[in-house]
Amino acid sequence: MVLFLNIKNPAYYNIYTALTWFWRHIGITTKGLCWLFLWQQSAQAAVQNINILYVQQRQDVSAEPLLLKQAASNKTLAGATLAIDDSNTTGRFLKQHYQLTVVEGSNTGELISQLNALFAAQDAPVAVLVDVPESEFSAISNAVLSHGALVMNVSNRDDALRQSQCRARLLHTVPSRAMLADAMTQYLMSRRWREWFVVAGNTKDDQAYLSALQRAAKRFGAKIVEQKNWSFDTDLRRVAQQEIPLFTQHDDYDVVVVADEQHAFDKYFPGNTWLPRPVVGTEGLVPTGWHWTLEQWGATQLQNRFYSQFAREMTESDYAAWLAVRAISEAVTRTKSVAPGALYDYLISDGFELAAFKGRKLSFRAWSGQLRQPIPLVHPNGLTALLPLDGYMHPVTDLDTLGFDKPEVRCNMAK
Amino acid sequence: MNLCNVTHLTKLSLVSLLMLPLSVLADTAYVSNEKSDTLTVIDTNTLEVINTVDVGMRPRGIIFSQDYKYLYICASESDAVQVMDVATNRILHNLPSGEDPEQFALHPNNRHLYIANEDSAVVTVVDTESRTVIAQIDVGIEPEGMAVSPDGKWVINTSETTNMLHWIDTSTHELADNTLVDQRPRHVEFSKEGSLVWASAEIGGTVAVIDTATRSINHTIRFAIPGVHRDKIQPVGIKLTDDGKYAFIALGPANHVAVVNANTYEVLDYLLVGRRVWQLAFADNQSKLLTTNGVSGDVSVIDVNKLKVVKTIKAGRYPWGVVVKP
Repeated sequence: MVLFLNIKNPAYYNIYTALTWFWRHIGITTKGLCWLFLWQQSAQAAVQNINILYVQQRQDVSAEPLLLKQAASNKTLAGATLAIDDSNTTGRFLKQHYQLTVVEGSNTGELISQLNALFAAQDAPVAVLVDVPESEFSAISNAVLSHGALVMNVSNRDDALRQSQCRARLLHTVPSRAMLADAMTQYLMSRRWREWFVVAGNTKDDQAYLSALQRAAKRFGAKIVEQKNWSFDTDLRRVAQQEIPLFTQHDDYDVVVVADEQHAFDKYFPGNTWLPRPVVGTEGLVPTGWHWTLEQWGATQLQNRFYSQFAREMTESDYAAWLAVRAISEAVTRTKSVAPGALYDYLISDGFELAAFKGRKLSFRAWSGQLRQPIPLVHPNGLTALLPLDGYMHPVTDLDTLGFDKPEVRCNMAK
Repeated sequence: MNLCNVTHLTKLSLVSLLMLPLSVLADTAYVSNEKSDTLTVIDTNTLEVINTVDVGMRPRGIIFSQDYKYLYICASESDAVQVMDVATNRILHNLPSGEDPEQFALHPNNRHLYIANEDSAVVTVVDTESRTVIAQIDVGIEPEGMAVSPDGKWVINTSETTNMLHWIDTSTHELADNTLVDQRPRHVEFSKEGSLVWASAEIGGTVAVIDTATRSINHTIRFAIPGVHRDKIQPVGIKLTDDGKYAFIALGPANHVAVVNANTYEVLDYLLVGRRVWQLAFADNQSKLLTTNGVSGDVSVIDVNKLKVVKTIKAGRYPWGVVVKP
C-alpha cells in the first residue's frame, strides 16, 4: 500500500508508523528466537563437503597452425576452477567446502565406468559438469542422472536438448544455438539489415547453426535472399581474395551470415565479400555467451580474477562452467542442503537468482532447464550490443525472447 | 490599499528573514567523477558548480575527516587513497590502501580508515596519522560497501559475489559474523543510533534491514516502478534522515530514488532523477538530498521536505560518490 498523498501529513505518518511498529516487533522477537535456535544447531555442524565433477572427453578440434591460437588445454575447466575458488571463499564463512574432480577419457565407456566408481565412493558428487561431444552427451548425462545427481551442460549448444529432449535435473548454462541466433537477429533487425546472404558449412554442427538462423529469420522477419553451402576443401589462405568475392555475388544483401562452428572458412569472409557488407554469425559480429571485452557491471573483476590465475582470456565455455558451479553453490548456500533433488527444486524455482556480471540476475527456465541470460554481440575487440534489445517485449521476461520459449518446448520435465 | 501594502511588506521581511539562515546554512558538496578523474564542487545554496579539482585515477568513494579538514579519496586505478587538503584543494599525500580501493569508512576515532579492496578480497585498515596499514582482514569475493557503527564497535563490509555482510569486530580486527543477503550487496548504512543496518543488493533488487544485535534480517524491502522492468531496479546508495522518518534509496539504472518510511519499511514514492543514480548525500541540514547520476553525468537535487526533485546540476563524466561539508 502506497500512501502517496498522505505521507506529508504528520498525523497519517504517525498512525501508520505506530501500527506497523507494533506488528513488526512481534515478528522480530519470533525471528530472533528461531535464529538463536538455528545458530546453536549450525555451530555443532561439521564442514559440509560438496563434490562436483567435471567430465571431459577429448575432442578433435581443427588444427590451428599457430600455437597462440590453439584452444587452451584448460578451456572450460579453468572457469569451473575459478568458480570453485570463488565458492570456497563464501563457503569458508558457512562451513562448506567445494571440491572439483576432473574425469577425463577418450571414449564414453571409459568415462562412464569412472563416473560409476566416483558415485559409489563416499561424499557422492551432487552435480556433474558435462563437456563432451554432442554425440556422446546423452550417454554421459543418462549415466549421471541414473545416480540422481544434476547434469550441468557447459558446452553443448544443441537446440533439441532444450526443446524436445530436456528433462528434470538437466540444466544448461551455455546458451543454445537458437538463443545466439535470436540475439544476433534482434540486433540485425534493429539496424534494418534484413536481407541475408547465408553461407553454411557441411558439418552437422554447421547445419544445426543454419537451422537456428532459419528459425530466427522467420521469427523476427528477416529474409534469406541466398543460401549456399560451403563444400570446398581447398586451403583458402592464398586464394581467399579470388574465391570469396565470386562466391558471394548476388543482386543485393545487407549482411553475409556465416555458419562455420569449426572456423574452417568463415575467417576469410570479412573484407572479401562481393558487396561491401558486414559479416555476422560465427565470424565478424558474433553472438556468444561471454567475451573478454565485457567490462560493465563489475565484469572487470571477474575478467581480472580469471586472467591473473590463468593468463589468458575467459572464453564462453569457461564462463558457462563458472556459471554452473556458481549456480550449484548458490543453491547450496540458500537451501543449506546438498541433496541434488532439493538443489534442483531451488534452482528452477522463482527464488533462484544469480548475479553473473551481465547487468541483471540470471535464472533457469523451469520448462527446459536453460539458464536465461543476456547475450553479447561482439567483434574481436569490442562489444557491439547486449541482447535482448529494449522493445522486444515478452509477457514474463524479455530474456525469454531469446531461444525456445515455453509454448515451443515439448519436454517431459517430470522428476 | 494601505493595509494590503503593509501585509505585503511584512511578507517580504518574513521571507528575507527566512532566507537569512538559509544562506548561512549553505554547504559545499564534493562529487567524485569516476571517468574524468576530477571532483566537482557545488555550492548547495545556489546549486551552482563552483570548482572542479583534478585528482587521481578513477575516483570513487570519498569521505571527510570529522573536522572536514581533509577529504579522503579512493583513487581506484591509482591504487591509492589520496588525502586532500579541503582548504586548498591540494592533494597532500597518499595513504597505503591495498589494490583497487573502492569504498571505505572512517572509524569514529577519526583515525582508522577501513578500505574495501575489490580485486584482492580483503579489507585494509589504515592509520591515517602514522600512514601505515595496521591490519588486513580476509573477506568474501569483491568487497565493496563499508560502514562503521556509530559506537565504533562494528565495521561492516559487503562482498558482491559472496553475497554477504561481513561483521568485523574493531577491537580484534577479526570477522565475528556474516549475514547472507540477496545478490550483489553494494552499500551498507547504519541507522543513527546504530541498532539497524540497511544493506542494498544491486542484482537482487532488494534492501535488507538487519538487526545489529542479532545480525539477522528483520525485513526485506522490494521495489516496483510502473513501466520499469524489475531487473532494472538495482538499489545502490542509501541515506537515512536523522529524524528517523525516511530512507532514500538510489535505484541505479531504474533512474529513480525510492522514498521509504524508515519505520514501516513501506515505499512511499519514487522520484525520477538522472540516469544510473548511484550514491546520495544530504545537504543544508538534511533539507536537500543530492544524487550522483553516472550515465547522464549530473547531480539531482531533491527537496527532502517536499519530496520533489528541484534541480539537476551538470557534473563530470560518471559521477560516483558525493559528500557534503557544512
